[in-house]
Amino acid sequence: MSDKRKKSMFSGPLVAGALKASVIKLNPAVMMKNPVMFVVEVGTFIVLLMTLFPGYFDAKDRIGFNLTVFLILLFTVLFANFAEALAEGRGKAQADTLKRTKKEITANKLLSGGGTKTVPSTELHKGDVVVVSQGEMIPGDGEVIEGLASVDESAITGESAPVIKEAGGDFNSVTGGTRVISDQIKVRITSDPGETFIDRMIALVEGAKRQKTPNEIALNTLLISLTIIFLIVVVTLGPIASFVDIDLEVPVLIALLVCLIPTTIGGLLSAIGIAGMDRVTQFNVLAMSGKAVEAAGDINTMILDKTGTITFGNRMASDILPVGAARLDETAAWAAISSVQDETPEGRSVLEWMRKNGKTYETAMADGGTFVPFKAETRMSGIDLSDGRQVRKGAVDAIRKWAIAQGGSVPEDLGAQADRIASEGGTPLAVAVDKQIFGVIYLKDTVKPGMKERFDQLRAMGIKTIMCTGDNPLTAATIAREAGVDDFIAESKPEDKIAVIRREQADGKLVAMTGDGTNDAPALAQADVGLAMNSGTTAAKEAANMVDLDSDPSKIIEVVAIGKQLLMTRGALTTFSIANDIAKYFAIIPAMFMLAIPEMDALNVMQLGSPLSAILSALIFNALIIPLLIPLAMRGVAYRPMSASRLLSRNLLVYGLGGIVAPFVGIKLIDLFVHVWI
Amino acid sequence: MDLLQIVIVIGILVLIARPLGHYVYHVFSNESNRTDRLFGWAEKPIYALIGLKHRAGMGWKRYALSFIVTNFVLVAVSYVLLRAQSGLPLNPNGIGNMEPTLVLNTVISFITNTNLQHYSGETGLSYFSQMAVIMMMMFTSAATGFSVAVAFVRGITSKGKTLGNFFEDFVKAHTRIFFPLAILVTLALVALQVPQTLDPTLSVTTLGGAAQQIAIGPVASLESIKHLGTNGGGFFGANSAHPFENPNGLTNVIEILSMWALPAALPFMYGRFAKSRKHGWVIFSAMMTLFLVFLVVSYTAEKSGNPALNALGIDASQGSMEGKEVRFGIAQSALFTTVTTAATTGTVNNMHDTLTPLGGLVPLGEMMLNVVFGGKGVGLVNMLMYAMLAVFICGLMVGRTPEFLGRKIEPREMKLIAIAILAHPFIILAPTAIAFLTELGKGSITNPGFHGISQVLYEYTSSAANNGSGFEGLADNTPFWNITTGLVMFFGRYISMIALLAVAGSLARKQWVPETIGTFRTDNALFTFLLIGTVLLIGALTFLPVIVLGPVAEHLTIR
Repeated sequence: MSDKRKKSMFSGPLVAGALKASVIKLNPAVMMKNPVMFVVEVGTFIVLLMTLFPGYFDAKDRIGFNLTVFLILLFTVLFANFAEALAEGRGKAQADTLKRTKKEITANKLLSGGGTKTVPSTELHKGDVVVVSQGEMIPGDGEVIEGLASVDESAITGESAPVIKEAGGDFNSVTGGTRVISDQIKVRITSDPGETFIDRMIALVEGAKRQKTPNEIALNTLLISLTIIFLIVVVTLGPIASFVDIDLEVPVLIALLVCLIPTTIGGLLSAIGIAGMDRVTQFNVLAMSGKAVEAAGDINTMILDKTGTITFGNRMASDILPVGAARLDETAAWAAISSVQDETPEGRSVLEWMRKNGKTYETAMADGGTFVPFKAETRMSGIDLSDGRQVRKGAVDAIRKWAIAQGGSVPEDLGAQADRIASEGGTPLAVAVDKQIFGVIYLKDTVKPGMKERFDQLRAMGIKTIMCTGDNPLTAATIAREAGVDDFIAESKPEDKIAVIRREQADGKLVAMTGDGTNDAPALAQADVGLAMNSGTTAAKEAANMVDLDSDPSKIIEVVAIGKQLLMTRGALTTFSIANDIAKYFAIIPAMFMLAIPEMDALNVMQLGSPLSAILSALIFNALIIPLLIPLAMRGVAYRPMSASRLLSRNLLVYGLGGIVAPFVGIKLIDLFVHVWI
Repeated sequence: MDLLQIVIVIGILVLIARPLGHYVYHVFSNESNRTDRLFGWAEKPIYALIGLKHRAGMGWKRYALSFIVTNFVLVAVSYVLLRAQSGLPLNPNGIGNMEPTLVLNTVISFITNTNLQHYSGETGLSYFSQMAVIMMMMFTSAATGFSVAVAFVRGITSKGKTLGNFFEDFVKAHTRIFFPLAILVTLALVALQVPQTLDPTLSVTTLGGAAQQIAIGPVASLESIKHLGTNGGGFFGANSAHPFENPNGLTNVIEILSMWALPAALPFMYGRFAKSRKHGWVIFSAMMTLFLVFLVVSYTAEKSGNPALNALGIDASQGSMEGKEVRFGIAQSALFTTVTTAATTGTVNNMHDTLTPLGGLVPLGEMMLNVVFGGKGVGLVNMLMYAMLAVFICGLMVGRTPEFLGRKIEPREMKLIAIAILAHPFIILAPTAIAFLTELGKGSITNPGFHGISQVLYEYTSSAANNGSGFEGLADNTPFWNITTGLVMFFGRYISMIALLAVAGSLARKQWVPETIGTFRTDNALFTFLLIGTVLLIGALTFLPVIVLGPVAEHLTIR
């Protein structure tokens, strides 16, 4: 995880901006969007009128009290606005950094008749081709169609090490605003102005397009109904009390109302959501919607590619084994020839093995040959020599079929050798020339450290992990056992992933997966949470609902944790807010009636100094708890992977019981202060 | 002795509730079972008569429409019969027609299973009306509530679009539950000397030579369904305090168990439908815990007597016997009161108006919650609604969006639940405030001070919870009270029923989420505790201010 863009929660300019915004947000038209706080604002306004025009309301002797109530209510609203503004502000600050990279870039557009023309990047459209040379900014999102270059993507990823981008394959996508630091490439633009990756990123972190998630909408419904219920309670209390000749003052009723409605969660709800998105962004993952982050918390099944996610994937040739009548030297030589033009880590590792073991081969044989790249369909690669012979290395069963198809026979010990390698967790690559199979290359793969513990944690959370690999079943089983995943799919093709996702989804499970290639795109789209690698193709990024800027596929696990943390924070603060009501009742109810019914003092369990100080103390507590909880809302509640029952017990103890007890203590302490003045 | 009486009754209840719940499950599971052979013969002609051939499943909208239309037809028929009762047969005492607003109040009261009575049975109704209107609606309203509860449970526990067939449920509720049980209870009551006759009022000469009219009639049969159907409308104005309705301790126990057994059995039926008996136990335990708390408050408050009288030096060893029957004593009265308002029956064997303030708080509180066992079906449905709320609020704390029985609780469900939780306090508090604002309302209040508040609050709470008991001190047979309580009973019954049926319909259509170790568990003791907490925080805190102004203030000022 990159810490470069992490900011402290309360840096100076951020707070200043949020303070200003919290006043601007007092505009009733804006407040309406948050009905709970809107009710508080209306109450504030009524008390303000009573303070300003006491004669009109027959409240001349209550100016001091009313003014105090007004100020506390005003601060309650301001605190809630501040929480939201602060959360938004952090996103805005991030967006500003991004916007700086967008400043006027000029592009060398390739004209249809040849030659280039210099145009501003904002005039580039889908399909245009531009030439970008060393030191220039890439003017827009696109695909490299010619050349190879190293590109500095630190503007979006925060990672300063340059990455290689080249035409063809899965590393051809480039992002506007990044800088070419060597060589020259031709890029075909794939997005229209205003729709580039950076544009979308800015919109996301600014929260401009933030839509409420279904869970937020449902929770809001509950909060609004609680508000209406307490509105009914307070409005009807006046007439009912009048029967026993108790005259309840309007500011006192408003104080009761504000204390009872869920202002704490109402004030912090949107901040929690924005901060949750922000945590994902700080983690260098871009979530296309808040819904995706919540879905991450709900995940039941996680589909992980073996290579790159679970294992390092640098599958190194560690041995070469001849089969049948072949000798070691000729097997090694053919393995090397098949790898001469192969730039994959496997291919290079074969040549490396040759060098280390002092083996030689005729390099000239490969001259003039055509390289046959690896394809998921054929599952082999190699070279067609200029003399017509075809050299191949690849998955054992693929090579076996290939040799048989040409009329060759399969050496008897091939299967045994391959199985042995696979059972040891390695990957066997068979080497063949036309119809003769010479031997196998023993590729070793290692599981990343710490993966087993992470899968144990996922299991504790009730998440099933499925490993996808192109390896044969034996290899897959070995790695699966070593890594501790629950299930695996061996010899999987891209369409297998989609089938697994559909099967899991049919059982009602939510599925997460990572991917980077174009052929992952359908599965990424089908999955409930699809995390695409930034290094991947545009198609994959378009299909996914999250993009990892660091291109680290194992991050999906942390994304799930962030999703869960977001939901837990929301639940914890809701529970806390509702549980607070008990203490507030015990502060205000006796205070309201104590003058008319002195016996009510029996309910004054906190022994608050006087009715007035009791009401004010409850109100002050109610206001102060919002800023006090802002750090928690922003950071999220502490989360460690464990079973739901244990999580619940722990959170209930802290936020449920804490929610009942804290206000008793808080109100009593505030009352000790307030009572000195009243 | 007191304690023993209470423990035995509760013990019997716990023993019969579970098997009864399983029986009810078999009746409504729509899988063939032994109850078919017993009752199938009686149902076939009924189905043939009402043209119910296929008994196809209904979506929630059709189900709701069916029960509303059925109820409406029954209301219309009843209205006509009551307005014309003087000219109809079986009127040996020559009782006249009923006044229109009183008829309106009465038919709504009985079709909504409330049985709030602004009339007095012995002088206001002919035998024919007692049987064709009152008893008929006692059966049908109970069967309606039962059917809706079953449909709700089906919706939240099964996959598919339908909640069952209302007419089939409605018929089965009669033929397999209410008729057989009513016959058994009637016979038991008749054996215990409850009258069952069509003879007119007896005129006797007392030992002192005075002429006395003794009202009798088909009491036992009404008494049985009155309790089984958690109806509560008495044959006589004095209800189950009347010696002909409830002559002795044994009939008292039978009546308590009759009204309590079916509501207590429903959680177990739900457990069977949910294919997890633990779920049934969770709901039952939550209800029982709340019940025991209320019972303890009621019993101790009544047992310690009226502080105002105690202060005068009057012997308080018997407890507060004002308004209670000597043959029942404190234990049987407190238990009856707690059960009748828990199960929202509304039958009374003592006058709730004369309960001590805290003793009076118990029935009031139980009706405000309306989940402590609750009336025919409604209690279970309400409790399950609170279970969804508990899941919604606390479920997030396990880091997943809330799920109940494998179904996500989403905005649509929350909106519908919001309607239900909003309606209840609104229809209690708003009319209460209106009553205090108008002379029409205030004129009927017979007590000044805090008790007056309790009287009005009790009347509307009883109406909203479809309980029907009253603080009888309120002079409530006036157009103002007839119309306002009529409306409250109507909305109290139908708003939440329809909203919650819609919830069930929506949940039935949802994709199930499989249960894992990461799932919020709703079948353990912790959830029982959470459920009780949610009921108290959402349901009870709403009413705290008025409770404080009524019973609590009264208690504090007289102690």
